[in-house]
Formats: sequence, structure tokens, C-alpha cells
Amino acid sequence: MRIQKTKKQQKYFWIAFFITPGLLMVFVFILLPLFMSMFNSMFDWNNYNRLGFIGLNNFKTLFTGYYYSERFFNAIQNNLKWFVMTMLIQNVFGLYFGYMLSRRINGSEVFKRIFFIPVLFSITAVGFLWGLYLKPNGLINSFLALINAEHLQRAWLGDGKIATYTIILVNIWRWTGFPTLVFMSSVDALPIENIEAAYIDGANELNIFFKIVLPLIVPAITTITVLTIIGSLNVFEQVYVMAGVDGQPNYSTDTICTLFYRTAFGTYDSSSPVIGVGSAMSVIIYLLTFFFSITSISWLQKKEVEI
Amino acid sequence: MNIDFHIKKAKSTKKLTLIFTFFMMFVYVIIILYPLFNMVISSFKSTRDIIRYPFALPESISFKSYYTVWIEKKFYNYFINSVIVTSVSMLFVVLLGSMASFGVSRYQYKGNTFLYMLFLSGIMLPLKAALIPLYMIINKLGLSNSLTCIILINIASGLPSTVFILSGFMRTFPKDLEYAARIDGCSDWRIYWNVVMPVVIPGVAIVTIYNAVPIWNDFFFPLVFIQSDALRTLPVGLNSFIGQYKTDWGLMFTGLSISIIPMLLLYLSMSNQFIRGMTGGAIK
Repeated sequence: MRIQKTKKQQKYFWIAFFITPGLLMVFVFILLPLFMSMFNSMFDWNNYNRLGFIGLNNFKTLFTGYYYSERFFNAIQNNLKWFVMTMLIQNVFGLYFGYMLSRRINGSEVFKRIFFIPVLFSITAVGFLWGLYLKPNGLINSFLALINAEHLQRAWLGDGKIATYTIILVNIWRWTGFPTLVFMSSVDALPIENIEAAYIDGANELNIFFKIVLPLIVPAITTITVLTIIGSLNVFEQVYVMAGVDGQPNYSTDTICTLFYRTAFGTYDSSSPVIGVGSAMSVIIYLLTFFFSITSISWLQKKEVEI
Repeated sequence: MNIDFHIKKAKSTKKLTLIFTFFMMFVYVIIILYPLFNMVISSFKSTRDIIRYPFALPESISFKSYYTVWIEKKFYNYFINSVIVTSVSMLFVVLLGSMASFGVSRYQYKGNTFLYMLFLSGIMLPLKAALIPLYMIINKLGLSNSLTCIILINIASGLPSTVFILSGFMRTFPKDLEYAARIDGCSDWRIYWNVVMPVVIPGVAIVTIYNAVPIWNDFFFPLVFIQSDALRTLPVGLNSFIGQYKTDWGLMFTGLSISIIPMLLLYLSMSNQFIRGMTGGAIK
């Protein structure tokens, strides 16, 4: 009996030994901040001094307060644009390119290596590089002049109507290789017999893709969708680098994270940090991320098929 | 049977699809490569020439601007900081992550699924949203304006995906081999370090690249937590550099080239590992 007990104790000692250091890190830097944000969002703050408990008043300020609500809903709309554009352009092209690459079209090895190049660059470098090319006297407008298409020249980052779309396209330039290669390897992992059998039955290419391949790669589609949701809600660097922390021009490129940053660090309007409303904002970011990730996972899981 | 798409064997409609695909892919290749090429040639030109003759090759190749950016503008210093932050962070991500994976995947006990989920919850919690509490915690620990706080945040943010990927690898390790090692008198540490770890090296490679690339490129947390120029990493160093030289396009392109080319060369020399590592987290 005694020996067994010490053995059991030993086992738990080792479990604790292996898990505690990592768990401590995750707890202090990921989970604790989550709870602190929720807690902080329900108090009144003067700079970093916590004052009284005010319930959900910070959320009320965020949703209905004069400046905040306008900025907040403007920012949320831009995050939505990021999500829709990324899904429609980046991920659709990713699926298309990835599928064609997995079918080993000529040159697929070279294509896939080149497509992945920009994925590895820092978004700061990419943002500044394209920021220079997109200046009124930059490369893009010079190119349009070169092909006699001056009427297409724009102030790509200076015109509030198109600036967000410009930044999104730069981000798509950087990221398309990622879904491409994820979809490629998930198609590669499918048992080839299924596709062969369909061929023998005389199915055409479109049917093979939509009826056989697509349902089988739903797990990869789920992953990419969730990553796109998280990415779209976390847009910060791209806007900061190409349009400044205010989301210029005139807040047209503002996103929830740039707004949050300004609120948290006091460049919002008063120049002092607004911890209460800032924390409310971070709770909203958590909730949106969580809600949309879970919804899309459960919705897509219903569409999964087993081989 | 051959189901590959090769243009020679294709029938006419399929051929049309293929030609369209080649065209689209080719366009994307140009859109990727030309801006990089133009960045490098622009780094050898004067601001005036860049604006007036953006497509022309430089008249002469002089590395003077590279010397200015690398030595005088202290990019070598930013580079070293980035190397320190990335390598120390990765060392601990792999060590603590693999230990935790071992703890949740190789033992049977009440609550191990709960612990596993606790680690995984970090995958869906955006760390940026934690900014205010992190700022308070870092200040309380007296770590603001140091590389240490960046490293700690990187370790924490790298752990969830590492535990997810590595425990997947470790679960497939046969129990029998573990028992055999135990009978030979191996302690749990020896089983982890000498028996299981060597077998999951492919997983470690995936985890390393999956985390090292975003850590190397990270902008947000160094921007918030590092104030002194001597401690800046490459992305924030580039940011402050570009803020200072807004009108000198040649110098800006040099700074960008210096930031981008090392990663490009590293990628070209081991592209397969990079591709497998970056997509490995997404497809397990």
C-alpha cells in the first residue's frame, strides 16, 4: 500500500513539474489579463487610479456616448470590411490556387514557393514599402501613367473612400500564399482513390471539385475562416503603418484595435488614458472573437463529411 | 491513373482553364516579385531619381546608404535585439511547451483535459485585447522598457499553439516503449527528454517556425513596451527610422531592404521547412 501511495505521489509530482511553468506563463499573461479586463471594465478610472464601481456604464458610454459610439461603430464597420474582403478575395484565391497547385499543374513547385514569400515578411516592412509605392507620386501611379491610364490614378491612401480597401489589398498581397498552401496540403492529404473513382464514373471537373473535394476539406476551411475572423478583429499594424494611429484620413481607416490603442494610451481626445472604456472595448474584442469563432466552427462542423 | 493537370494532356476546355490559371498565377508572381526588385534597385537611387524614373535601373551601385543605415542608424543593433528576443523566446516556448505537452498527453489523471483546454484557450484569446492589464502587470513586475517583458509575452503567446501541436505528436508515441524505458529505470524527466523528445523533433521544427516568424516580425508589443532606442527590435526600429527620414526615399528603401532581405534569403535556403512549419499549425 505504502509503495503504491508514494508512486502515486511521485506521478503527481512529475505532472506538476511538467505543467506548472507553462501554465504559470499562460495564466499570468493570457488568462489573468482577460479577467482583469472584465473587472476593470466595471469601474470608473482616473488615469491608472481605480475609483468606484459603475457596473456597465463604460459599455453604455462606448455604445451611446457622443464621440465613442461614432468612432466605435465606424471602426467595427471597417473590421467587417476586412473580414468580407479577406474571405472573398484572399481565401477564394487561396482555395483556387491551392487546388490547382495540388493537382500538380506545370510549375506548381515554383509557384508555391514564390506565393509564400510575402507571408514571412513583417507587416511593418510590407506596410511601409507599399506606403511608398502608393504615394501620389509613387510607383503605382507612375505605372498607371506608363500604360496611359492616368484616369485611374488615385490618392490611394489619401482618399477616405478607398483608403481602407487599399490597405486591405496590401494585406491580401501579403497573405494569399498562406490559405493557398493550407488548402493545397489539405487536398494533398485526401485519399486519391475518391477522386480517381469519380473520374472513372465520368464526373466532370467542376463536380469533382464542388461535390467531392470541397466537402472533404471543410476542416481546413474552418481553420482559415477562424484565423480570418481573429485576424480581422486584430487589425492594427497595417493601419498604424500605412495610415497612422488615427486611421487617417479622417478616421476612415480606423479599426477597433487602433481605436482601442488610442483609448488605452490617451491619444483619444484628452491625452490621458481612459482605462474604463478601454477595458470595455477589450471585453468587446474578446467577446466578438469568441462568439464569431465558435459560431463559424459549429456551423462549418455540420458540413463536415467523413471519408 | 494520372489525375494531375498537365497542359499537354488536357482537352480543350480544360486547356482554357489551365491557361487562365497560369495567367492568374503569373500575374500574382509578378505582383510579388517586382515590388521586391524595385525596392532593391530604389535603395541605390536618389529620391529624385526614384520619383522621376521609378522603373529605371540605378546609374551606379554604391553601398554607401547601406553603410549609413546599418552602422550609423544602428540597424545592426535592432537586428541583434531581434535575434536575442526571438532565440530566447523560442528556447522557452519549446522547453516549457514540450514539458506541458508531455504533462497533458502522457499521463492519465482527472483534469488533464481541463488543463489541456486551459492551454488551448489562449489560441482564441487575442493578446492585443489584453493590452491594459499587461501594461499594469509589466509595470508591477518592474519590467517595462526591457527585452525581458517582450520575451515573457512572446513565451506566453507561443505556448497555446505549441501545446496543441506537440501534444498531438506526443500522443502517437507508443505506451509500450514508455513502459520499457520505465522498467529500465528511466525517470520521468529522462523519458521526456531522452525518449519522447527525440521522436517528436519534426513537431518541434513545425512549432519553432510557426512561432519564430511572428515573434521576429512582432511590432505591437515592442511598440508599447520599449521606449529606449537601444532596445528596439527590427520592426519598431524600422518604424522610428522611417518616421525620421520621411523625405529621403532612397534611405527608406535601404532600410526596408535591410529589414526584408535576411528573411528572404533564409526562406530561399529552406523554403520547404518554412512552408511546412507555417501551415503545420493550421492542418496539424
